Amino acid sequence: MKLNGAQILINSLESEGVEYVFGYPGGAVLHIYDALETQDAVKHILVRHEQGATHAADGYARTSGKPGVVLVTSGPGITNAVTGIATAHMDSIPMVVISGQVPSPLIGGDAFQEVDAVGITRSCVKHNFLVKDIKDIAETVKRAFHIATTGRPGPVLIDIPKDITIAQMTAEAYPETVDIRSYKPTIKASSRQIKKAAQLIAKSKRPILYSGGGSVIGNASKELREFTRLLNFPITQTLMGLGAYPGTDELSVGMLGMHGTYEANMAMHGSDCVVAIGARFDDRITGNLDKFCPTAKIIHIDIDPSSISKNVVADVPIVGQVGQVLSELIDELKGVKLADISKWWAQINDWRSVDSLAYKRAEGVIKPQTVIETLYEVTKGEAIVTSDVGQHQMWAAQYYQFDEPRRWINSGGLGTMGFGLPAAMGAKLADPDRDVACVTGEGSIQMMLQELSTMLQYSTPVKIICLNNGYLGMVRQWQEFFYEKRYAMSYMDALPDFVKLTESYGHVGIRVEKEADLKPALIEAFAQKDKTVFLDILTDPTENVFPMIPAGGGHSDMLLAGRDDMVSKNETDFNAV
Amino acid sequence: MRHIISILLENEAGALSRVSGLFSARGFNIESLTVAQTNDPSLSRMTIVSSGTDRVIEQIVKQLNKLIDVVKVIDLTDQDHVERELMLVKVCVKKKDELEVKQLVDIFSCKIVDVSDRTYTIEIAGKTRKLNAFLNALDFAIVMEVSRTGVTGISRGRTVI
Repeated sequence: MKLNGAQILINSLESEGVEYVFGYPGGAVLHIYDALETQDAVKHILVRHEQGATHAADGYARTSGKPGVVLVTSGPGITNAVTGIATAHMDSIPMVVISGQVPSPLIGGDAFQEVDAVGITRSCVKHNFLVKDIKDIAETVKRAFHIATTGRPGPVLIDIPKDITIAQMTAEAYPETVDIRSYKPTIKASSRQIKKAAQLIAKSKRPILYSGGGSVIGNASKELREFTRLLNFPITQTLMGLGAYPGTDELSVGMLGMHGTYEANMAMHGSDCVVAIGARFDDRITGNLDKFCPTAKIIHIDIDPSSISKNVVADVPIVGQVGQVLSELIDELKGVKLADISKWWAQINDWRSVDSLAYKRAEGVIKPQTVIETLYEVTKGEAIVTSDVGQHQMWAAQYYQFDEPRRWINSGGLGTMGFGLPAAMGAKLADPDRDVACVTGEGSIQMMLQELSTMLQYSTPVKIICLNNGYLGMVRQWQEFFYEKRYAMSYMDALPDFVKLTESYGHVGIRVEKEADLKPALIEAFAQKDKTVFLDILTDPTENVFPMIPAGGGHSDMLLAGRDDMVSKNETDFNAV
Repeated sequence: MRHIISILLENEAGALSRVSGLFSARGFNIESLTVAQTNDPSLSRMTIVSSGTDRVIEQIVKQLNKLIDVVKVIDLTDQDHVERELMLVKVCVKKKDELEVKQLVDIFSCKIVDVSDRTYTIEIAGKTRKLNAFLNALDFAIVMEVSRTGVTGISRGRTVI
């Protein structure tokens, strides 16, 4: 039987078990859309903007653990997708993006809707391909999925010229195996390094576990829990790692870093042994590297060798799959007598008593922290929460306690505003029975608002929790602290009526202006199971995110709520931002 | 410190730009880069001369290894190796200096590959230092243009990449 390239492509996606493709048609992918139309194994979600497609596929991937798949046309189709690809790349999310390209003979001639897709995406994909022959389509798809999902995952782009999709060849079986001589990720760690790490861990008197996104993406939650409980060590998790270890557990000291808890940051600062687990010592985590963990030996577990000793030199580097490494460490440490860390726990509990996430409620305004706490209460902590980027993202991370992995979906690395809404749609498609909340702000939501239309078309009901403070809050916060309150372009004037706007998209809109109405509104929103509800919640415009490590500060240089006097005492290095 | 990094990579369109793109995106320095197909037509061999602290060089090697098209990376500086660079120099020489040029060509064991009215084109191969020394020695002549290949290298003995 003869098939054309487009049919081979769609059959290949079906062979990979692809459930959803998020995409937008255009000239260069018309043959592919035609092939999609004549089958029903692979479902297509028609977004309203290609960036939305990538974020939705990303949210789907983060929730399900399966790769997200995107289909866009050439030129503006792929350039619009770049932000979402870069977002997935920074957070190591498995994704396969298929872009149409102008017909092969026209490539390089500045044809209509031509861009060098492989060139433009090179620095924000794990790998990319330009398919030059119909015979290569199936093999390329196989390779793309293999590369996207193994080792440190990431997005892979396949650029296919239009003529390749209409060329015909005799159908062949989809390849069962894949072997790429230049790509063999290390899974199993060196046993010598495991032994060295175990010795260091056993004699540590002030240990801390620092777990990151790798524990979530690597599905290492079970091993992480067993490891932490075996050792009875305090554990802190990064913004990307929340949920791999239960946030409500007594061993958890909360998130660390720029807006981490006092106890987490102080414990990092005072530790003699930091065990980094699937984390990459990002600048938002470490603060000033010169002041980072001054007395600690560093054990670093990561599947990506280039993450190790990139920012912070590891004393014991361990390259391997996080879950597998932890299992081996558990075997190595079972029955081993550990150093007494009761004094360390006493110190940590002392830091805990500072209660760094405490905030003052005020008459007449809704505090954003209260919104997240109430959201947690109403959803019993069991919702999937996606977020955009800014203050609301930090508050969601701080005040919603995630007890399971893949429940907290946010753009941590690239910090992409507009991520939350399409990601929520993808999450809902991946886990239709679970409540999905998109915590956002009036700034971020306007970057991907058009996806409300997609959400109606495909019935993906999510609850949009918009913390509307009339400001680009995080920008305003920095301007208040570091630019003598000159609020350049951080005030959002001329906002739309979000309730009417949502209604015009066919959803439900509710405006919340008083704290007394907050909980009833949230209950009402979540009661409407099959409706997307937009809660436009007017929150305190002046509230700031605390604790905060100003740029250039170390973990012990935190600003705490209600302690404005500390701001001036800190020497802020703007160059370090 | 100066390092010579040898890379074996898939001989595919775009592989070179993946490597050069990596260096520019991450702010690594390239002193020279040379690349050509090997005896196995599916593979290219690239030699990059870079400089940086040990940590920077370690990152360069790790980041190169991370590229899907890269089959193998070694830092030749770590081992006993041979390195060579080829240079073509075109000089304009006054009549009275012609003999001196020929003597220099003898001393440096290089050769004159093209002659025209008042100009000589000289081919010289060797270590970077030797090529630099040759250019210095030519200070009496007018150097019209220089084309250098950049360093390529290979390990000594039975060791292979």
